[in-house]
Amino acid sequence: MAILEVKALTVARGSRPLVSDLSFALAAGEVLHLRGSNGAGKTSLLEVLSGLRSPVDGTITPQPEGGQLHWLGHKNALNLALTPIENLEFWCGLNGRAADGLVPVLEQLGVAKVRHRACRTLSAGQKRRSALARLLLDQRPLWLLDEPLDGLDAQGLELFASLLKAHLDKGGAAIITSHQPLPAGVPGVRELRLS
Amino acid sequence: MIQIFAAVLRRELRLAATAKTEWLMPLFFYVIVVTLFGLGATPNDPKLAEFAPAILWVGALLAALLTLERLFRADFEDGTLEQIFLGTQPVTLVVAAKLFAHWLLTGLPLALLAAPLSSALGFSSVAIPALVAGLALGTPVLTLIGGFASALTVGLPRAGVLLPLLVLPLVTPVVIFGAGAARVAQSGLDGAAPLYFLAAILVLGLTLLPWATAAALRNAFE
Repeated sequence: MAILEVKALTVARGSRPLVSDLSFALAAGEVLHLRGSNGAGKTSLLEVLSGLRSPVDGTITPQPEGGQLHWLGHKNALNLALTPIENLEFWCGLNGRAADGLVPVLEQLGVAKVRHRACRTLSAGQKRRSALARLLLDQRPLWLLDEPLDGLDAQGLELFASLLKAHLDKGGAAIITSHQPLPAGVPGVRELRLS
Repeated sequence: MIQIFAAVLRRELRLAATAKTEWLMPLFFYVIVVTLFGLGATPNDPKLAEFAPAILWVGALLAALLTLERLFRADFEDGTLEQIFLGTQPVTLVVAAKLFAHWLLTGLPLALLAAPLSSALGFSSVAIPALVAGLALGTPVLTLIGGFASALTVGLPRAGVLLPLLVLPLVTPVVIFGAGAARVAQSGLDGAAPLYFLAAILVLGLTLLPWATAAALRNAFE
């Protein structure tokens, strides 16, 4: 069964068309790897799929709603003056979820030791790991990830692969933009190149 | 509903605690502006007391303006706004909580500061309750209108210039009724009527503007 079905989608930024007449279906256990040069429209397409922006034309079925997808944008959504734990507590509030179980999740991501440090003092990789922690706080069928590998070291890439694999094993799906190849060991990867 | 309101409020107060200058700056600005009027006029000039309501109101308005640009910009720039729109809680509620936090950190202190500052301008102490009540009713409106204008300009690179041009015409009635209440009370009359008008504007703002602000924020992604 398709988690997401896209038909004849046209995406533009301002008056500039980026993606025209795009159709695909994403089934449970699948990863769609969006590739393309800078400015090809990968981020804009993800924003449309998430519902943050409207398409020019086409349909997305079902249109994902809050609580059904995880969004990890190019930006980490971490306020740099707050600590990782304070940022995650706020995210829990935004999603009507009790702010418990945060420390084990941060431990899993390898950033528990820095959980009480302001995010502005963390490295790019530590910030990305703290942002990735949101994916584990709620089980959601669809992950939309924009350049999730940015800033991650070799150990971080392995960790990301294991998180993604566990998500797919549970029947989830993901759409990922990345300039680099996805880490080895992730099953069900399809590539879609935007030109 | 209370949970999300509390979560936003807690975050905003945490941020205020880590960046004290951000919310102390408008208060210092207010004190300096009002004091300069006192120092610039002839000592004990009765005209100063006459103009005091306008000075205190315009000073409060300009001080509140200083903080408006950052109201949603930081959340827009770091990606938090995306998470707010993709969360499960109503965006309007998040916006309302942010606006309330802004008033708590800016509008309320400005209203309270007006009482001691008014004495520097020779303002009648009998009229201070009307002045403070007017500011207590008017500063939330400044926050609501300013929040809406801030949301409209959040995606623009030079919003700092545009923001006052949007806000100042819209808050004119607030300044007229607020300063009017203080002026009427200073002349020994009952200042209730302008305060009722201010209360009505506040109710109208509370009813409409959080929704309009949420819609304007959504527009920033387009």
